[in-house]
Amino acid sequence: MTRVALLLSVLLVAALAAAGRAALHAADEELTLVAYSTPRETYGELVRLFAGTPAGRDVAFGESYGSSGEQSRAVVGGLPADVVAFSLAPDMTRLVDAGLVAEDWADGRHAGMVTHSVVVLVVRAGNPKRIRGWDDLVRPDVEVLTPNPFSSGGARWNVMAAYGAKREEGASHEEAVAFLEALFRNVSVQDKSARESLQTFAGGKGDVLIAYENEAILARDKGEPLEYVLPERTILIENPVAVTAESEHRAKAEAFVRFLRSAPAQRVFADAGYRPVLRSVAREAAFETPAGLFTIEDVGGWDEVQERFFDRETGIMADVQRRIGESR
Amino acid sequence: MSSVAAEARRPVAVRRRGGSLSLGISMGYLSLIVLLPLAAVVWRSTEAGAAGFWAAVSAPQAVAALQLTVAVAFGVVAVNAVMGTAIAWVLVRDSFRGKSLVNAVIDLPFALPTIVAGLTLLALYGPRSPVGIDLAYTKLAVLLALLFVTLPFVVRTVQPVLLELDRDMEEAAASLGAGRAEVFRRIVFPNLLPAILSGSALAFARAIGEFGAVVLISGNVPFDTEVASVYIFGLIESDDLTGAAAVSVLLLAVSFAVLILIGALRRWATRHDS
Repeated sequence: MTRVALLLSVLLVAALAAAGRAALHAADEELTLVAYSTPRETYGELVRLFAGTPAGRDVAFGESYGSSGEQSRAVVGGLPADVVAFSLAPDMTRLVDAGLVAEDWADGRHAGMVTHSVVVLVVRAGNPKRIRGWDDLVRPDVEVLTPNPFSSGGARWNVMAAYGAKREEGASHEEAVAFLEALFRNVSVQDKSARESLQTFAGGKGDVLIAYENEAILARDKGEPLEYVLPERTILIENPVAVTAESEHRAKAEAFVRFLRSAPAQRVFADAGYRPVLRSVAREAAFETPAGLFTIEDVGGWDEVQERFFDRETGIMADVQRRIGESR
Repeated sequence: MSSVAAEARRPVAVRRRGGSLSLGISMGYLSLIVLLPLAAVVWRSTEAGAAGFWAAVSAPQAVAALQLTVAVAFGVVAVNAVMGTAIAWVLVRDSFRGKSLVNAVIDLPFALPTIVAGLTLLALYGPRSPVGIDLAYTKLAVLLALLFVTLPFVVRTVQPVLLELDRDMEEAAASLGAGRAEVFRRIVFPNLLPAILSGSALAFARAIGEFGAVVLISGNVPFDTEVASVYIFGLIESDDLTGAAAVSVLLLAVSFAVLILIGALRRWATRHDS
């Protein structure tokens, strides 16, 4: 009895191994795209479009989507990838540190980026609370939603947008941090991702959702009863893309990334609500540029920001959450 | 689960010698599937040394999340021990139309992906509640979500014991003049207690670690509605894997301690039963 069982299990393992090898062999012929989940449908469309170009003929795709941080860690953990696309540069830096993406990934015309967006304030249809800008978010009658900046890398754009807007107005560092604290006192739900935050807002919670413009456009186009306010001062969101250092299909992978920055692909991104990185398409798409648009570099750059604001123990946001918690 | 109850009713287990191959396979499998991963978590948690471990588990936000988690898990145990037993009782002792359907429905919380459970509860008991109950983003919502996912444990451990329970004993007690309450208190309850404890222990352990059902409905506000598993998720997202492992190890330790405590209670109850 046990010998039969043993024999069966050995056979099973052998069969599985053979099947695994067959699957791996098939994967030899294809590019694997590992991306964050927000532009999932857009990438699906772009992959189809790429197949119609001379460079993209005969290229099959494997696609994997998940939250930006999870995807980045998965690649460090061994998930095979030829092209990686994340929602913020630190997720790319993690791969550079692990030797999986070349140090010079951000060189070149678009500084390693494939799309842009901006942080906006999403409100209910008709803007019943008359939200105009950041200062309205600290009013006592306003309930704010944002994903948690410690569990959502993307929420860090929101925090830096609020902080940077204050600094651009001329506030000191201390004043801007005090503003963040007042703002987070009004935050009633801190979902773990931007998409969940949007669902919570759509479900009827809160007066204002801090979100990316492309998400707001997507939700509005889907018929959600909401609109968004472009604050006078806000941050430019930059989404990076790169070919991995160990890609076995480097030429094809680079061709795909070049395609992503070409006019036809940039138009697809623009239609999905992203701000194109390609100037000519950006001009066609005619997104409104806020007067006080700043970048992450203006508030210190990601390396400094990650440590100064988002260190779990010593970061400014950890302090802010702690102070709010203690006074609860 | 019924084997747990069956074992409780047969204190003197029949042990057979031999079968070293089956023992080897069982232990090897257990090591691969359970012990090795647990050891890896513990190992990882010590990477920053004792001071690092302490710093991770004593961070104010971690303490707040752990307190909430443990408190709610005990709440879950209290409610489920009572309601789970009541449901098992109704399923075994009462007959009504659709009983087999209800019986099948009990296990559904296990089959539903927990994230879907969270979403469903949010739709039902959130800001747009069709029944007019809005609990979302409160501690009560955390309790509700955990009650949902842990309901089957107590029901499914108590049910088989109730089925096997000898009704002659109850009838004898009744014929000797015991009221219904007294029969339950002195005959039925002592027989059910080991199974109730087993089910409660499983429910507790599950409630301590649950993530999917809670993450959408709790609101995740630090120091307020953030549970330990969501806090750990935040640590992972902040690239503090060692801290995440440390808090996880503490959760495991709490679960383990409670499981052992309940196990001891169960043995005590079993002894007093026979």
